[in-house]
Amino acid sequence: MGKTITEKIFASHLRDKPSAENVVLDIDVVMCHEITTPIAINDLVERGMDRVFDRTKIKAVIDHVTPSKDSKTATQAKILRDWARRHEIVDFFDIGSNGVCHALFPEKGFIRPGYTVIMGDSHTCTHGAFGAFAAGIGTTDLEVGILKGVCSFRMPQTMKIEIIGLLPDGVFAKDVILYIIKELTVNGATDKVMEFCGPVVEQMSMEARMTLCNMAIEAGATCGVCMPDRVTAEYLWPFISDDYVSIDAVVEDFSKWHSDSDADYAAELVFDVSSLVPQVTYGYKPDEVKDVMAMEGTPVDQVYMGSCTNGRIEDLRVAAAVLKGKKLADSVRGILSPATPKIFSQANEEGLIRIFMDAGFCVTNPTCGACLGMSNGVLASGEVCASTTNRNFNGRMGKGGMVHLMSPASAAATAVEGVITDPRKMI
Amino acid sequence: MKTFGGPALFLDRSDINTDEIIPAKYLTENSKQALKPFILEDLKLPHFKSDIKNARVIVTRGNFGCGSSREHAVWVFEVNDINVVIAESFARIFRQNMFNCGMLAIELTREEIDLIFALVNDVTISVDLDKKRLTVWGKEEIYFDFTLNSFDRDLVIAGGWLAYADKNY
Repeated sequence: MGKTITEKIFASHLRDKPSAENVVLDIDVVMCHEITTPIAINDLVERGMDRVFDRTKIKAVIDHVTPSKDSKTATQAKILRDWARRHEIVDFFDIGSNGVCHALFPEKGFIRPGYTVIMGDSHTCTHGAFGAFAAGIGTTDLEVGILKGVCSFRMPQTMKIEIIGLLPDGVFAKDVILYIIKELTVNGATDKVMEFCGPVVEQMSMEARMTLCNMAIEAGATCGVCMPDRVTAEYLWPFISDDYVSIDAVVEDFSKWHSDSDADYAAELVFDVSSLVPQVTYGYKPDEVKDVMAMEGTPVDQVYMGSCTNGRIEDLRVAAAVLKGKKLADSVRGILSPATPKIFSQANEEGLIRIFMDAGFCVTNPTCGACLGMSNGVLASGEVCASTTNRNFNGRMGKGGMVHLMSPASAAATAVEGVITDPRKMI
Repeated sequence: MKTFGGPALFLDRSDINTDEIIPAKYLTENSKQALKPFILEDLKLPHFKSDIKNARVIVTRGNFGCGSSREHAVWVFEVNDINVVIAESFARIFRQNMFNCGMLAIELTREEIDLIFALVNDVTISVDLDKKRLTVWGKEEIYFDFTLNSFDRDLVIAGGWLAYADKNY
């Protein structure tokens, strides 16, 4: 019997098997941010265990509320900053170089095929786009990760999700994953890895694959994963060119992680996206999804562009193409938070920032901020937001607020019209 | 090891998420105790009478604790002396966080959960870890055997994953 990519990664990182169902893995990258890490740091200090297993394998960033909005968030940032300095964490990103963790760390080349990655953040599944096993964990797991470089998991089963057909114009990775979550429901993939494959995935950029894997958790999955291929190799080439003679050699090396053709899957699903239309959420769960046509005309107060789901350069290009030469509707306020300084800078050089500003958007620094209702665009009760983020829970972006998740193209079209709008008529 | 059992609080809905258990705006607190008053603040359930002060056990439906990875959703129960959650199923991270804190996330079948819900109100639940048995005292008395894998049990006995890992790795 062959193995899935996840089984191969687990086998190569196995530290212990404390029961028939559980494994303890060695971890390659432990990522930290200022919301879930400070309380872990404080606890380790109180226990007299303020140590780190490897200062080069721990990556830290202040991203959720930055710059700090009040004394409490400033304290959280300070705890992380002081800790990073105290332990000489090599890769620590503070104001000026910080960005949304799941956009920033891939951009720095920290994630490689076959890696195990943990973070006290549920959207850590994003990094599976590189052919890694990447899982969100709680603070206790994070403490043990920081201290020992290990983490326990129940051996997950894999759900193979083959995406076939031809993605129509105006329909993007975000629409694909919203549709898949609708079909699977919010716990359809619990304790499973969602393995995305098929011609549509193979043709996707790393940015699009990250959007796909980012929302695997919204179906309950432990991780999303894509096979590392030439697209992965080209993305990572600047970081690994000293280790290989050519990109062909990288592609060949990466292929060792690919799931075997006779691997065993818990389920095998095929989605043909040829007739898929833009998707929008309507309720308070990410599986409450409708075709955009059924939602058209719904008024919104705010349009938010950014986050670890859709704040990358491709997303900004798509939105700017819709917005070019147009204005926000009078009733709408628009907020753009490019996910990293590099994306911000690139968007500036490409003239995208000018397009957003001319349309009437407020362009902010990279931060998670409004996505989880912490800063940078929190909703008032009764307000509605069209958002490129990943969660529409009741109160997520502000108590009493409503969030409609959609693609950057749909959000841009909605910004112009002031009501939820099918972007295909504006592309 | 923590103590388990006592009066039950019923949360009659599936997919109760971590934002409903403890909203993100309280994630700026740096102590577990500070979370105590905000338990289930954003949870909206019809006929939900929040008798949290007396509750020691939560009984709920499917996919409990979905959403964010925040362990605050477990701590807010812990500081309110609720160390057991009984559900049809859990979101993975929430379930792991429970055991990592030496607390119990017990899964029963939908039919078994229905039987417990039928006993409302004034239900008390006791937990026998050795026999892996719940005793539910309501209008009548019912027993349920539950499964608990040996590693999760070891975490509960060790008082959590940090103590276990420090000893073993």
